[in-house]
Amino acid sequence: MSSSFFHSVTLERDKCKGCINCIKRCPTEAIRVRNGKAQILTERCIDCGECIRVCPHHAKQPIYDPLSSIDSFKYKVALPAPALFGQFHNLDDLNIVLKALLSLGFDDVFEVSKAAELVSDATRSFMQKNPRRPVISSACPAVVRLIRVRFPNLLEYLLPLNAPIEVAARMARAEAVKKTGLPPDQIGIVFISPCAAKVTAVKMPLGNEKSEVDCVIAIKEIYPRLLPLMKLAANDPGEMTETGRIGLSWGGSGGEASGTLTEQYLAADGIENVIKVLEDLEDEKFPELEFIELNACTGGCVGGVLTVENPYVAKTRLKNLRKYLPVARNHLGEEIPEEFQWDQEIQYEPVLKIADGVSEAITKMAILDNIDKTLPGLDCGSCGAPSCRALAEDVVRGVAQVDDCIFRLREQMHALVKGLSQLEGSFPAPFRAEQEEEE
Amino acid sequence: MSDVIALHFDVDGEDFTRAGEASYGVKRTLKQLGINPEAVRKVAIALFEGEINMVIHADGGVIDIEIDNNQIKMILKDKGPGIPDIEKAMQEGFSTASDDVRSLGFGAGMGLPNMKKYTDSMEIQTELGVGTTVTMVVNL
Ligand SMILES: Nc1ncnc2c1ncn2[C@@H]1O[C@H](COP(=O)(O)OP(=O)(O)OP(=O)(O)O)[C@@H](O)[C@H]1O
Ligand code: SF4
Ligand SMILES: [Mg+2]
Repeated sequence: MSSSFFHSVTLERDKCKGCINCIKRCPTEAIRVRNGKAQILTERCIDCGECIRVCPHHAKQPIYDPLSSIDSFKYKVALPAPALFGQFHNLDDLNIVLKALLSLGFDDVFEVSKAAELVSDATRSFMQKNPRRPVISSACPAVVRLIRVRFPNLLEYLLPLNAPIEVAARMARAEAVKKTGLPPDQIGIVFISPCAAKVTAVKMPLGNEKSEVDCVIAIKEIYPRLLPLMKLAANDPGEMTETGRIGLSWGGSGGEASGTLTEQYLAADGIENVIKVLEDLEDEKFPELEFIELNACTGGCVGGVLTVENPYVAKTRLKNLRKYLPVARNHLGEEIPEEFQWDQEIQYEPVLKIADGVSEAITKMAILDNIDKTLPGLDCGSCGAPSCRALAEDVVRGVAQVDDCIFRLREQMHALVKGLSQLEGSFPAPFRAEQEEEE
Repeated sequence: MSDVIALHFDVDGEDFTRAGEASYGVKRTLKQLGINPEAVRKVAIALFEGEINMVIHADGGVIDIEIDNNQIKMILKDKGPGIPDIEKAMQEGFSTASDDVRSLGFGAGMGLPNMKKYTDSMEIQTELGVGTTVTMVVNL
């Protein structure tokens, strides 16, 4: 089981002060502080990046590949995420970014937004053929992972299609092989990513045996290198882009949903909002909705932890860039090609359950409830758990002790001190009688 | 084993923003208990409908949940106006909801029928001017 939970968030131990910011913010209660350092419960982590965002000491770091990792490939293709285009001040031509990527050392570019338009087409044909509603987007890997551990009833509503990056990777490799005649493994497919969740999606894909992406590079890492190159490229940007309005819109919340061309959609962004929508969906509160787009990051992928620009600014920029583009430049036939489809079903991972059998779990829950009642209910986090209830849960799981609560410990010390002071006044039997006589 | 897990929720009348709290809380516990997803789904849907009915028709009330090895029992108790004709209220499409409530998307008259459909047993005790108690059970 451990192998199915690779994560793209790591802790720089030296920087971690053992404060409680991250444990409080984690949407799946996946972090504890132990021995003064934060610890991620790996089976619960969904790679949403909240802890990276909230850590004041920058101890939580996303993992991604260094730019040098592309050197090992003979032919390198850059796959820029739509969100990349929203990072630049005064950008009015997508080609400038593409050309700068070539000057940076790539042999070719393949825009993820191009694949996104095809995925939008595929989504529409999927929805025409499949009556189950609403369809829930599966493009944000953090959301898919959240559903997998917390919302088993919603798994069957997930759109069983690959995210644009995966489709782009497959198409880009096939194209490059054709163009160069090189064997596929000498071609480097390099994603320029807005987030760490995508790193996990590449290393440990869900829905697919293997990802076709070879390296994932952070937008924030190449951003400073692209800027000067873009200045040069602006003189003669050429005409490379194959992105339309729909494809570019995928970079912000609501873009994917509007690409389905249905009015009856809901688009929620930010992990807390996403959770609320999923809870409501599970209660079947939205019978009329056709499509649900969910993005773990505020503003959509422009809010990813590996971006540089404020998500709202980036979203506005995408909107401005979009104006001059045709609606869509890429189209798919009726049939959904195989490389668009999941080849594996996603299974429920009940990581939140406290015991294996229901009856054992009920017994444990009764104990948990009793422990919870003895705790002060302050949710102060000093015990290293995000709430009193979470500590009680850790106790019944056998990974913490009730005395980890300083208030409980203090009570016990009080009792001890009281006992001691009582002892002070009393004497062992042989002396007691004498003393009493003296009085 | 005879352990029973009890959960209690107060439901505020007229406060739509909090409707659903009971459903969230119960779902969380059921998932921690490893209850099968299908049963969780039934409980969530039935409970939410019942909770909303308490808010819009009865000015709130209390919800008690009991979970044991065999079943999940939900008892929804209010001091509302009571239901004059249960048979009629149970019909799909029957609703006395006001236009205000309808504009919020409720009042299709599907709540009680859904509660019956998603549970293994449902019982309504009601007295005009005194209140209503709905008891639902989902078997495990
Ligand atoms: N707790 C209650 N107290 C008083 N009357 C109730 C209560 N629950 C239901 N009713 C009555 O029964 C009718 C039918 O309830 P039901 O839940 O099926 O539909 P609804 O609440 O009107 O609409 P919907 O549930 O589809 O939003 C209600 O309109 C109301 O008159
Ligand atoms: S919303 Fe986009 S950037 Fe954020 S985690 Fe999901 S896929 Fe990554
Ligand atoms: Mg109702």
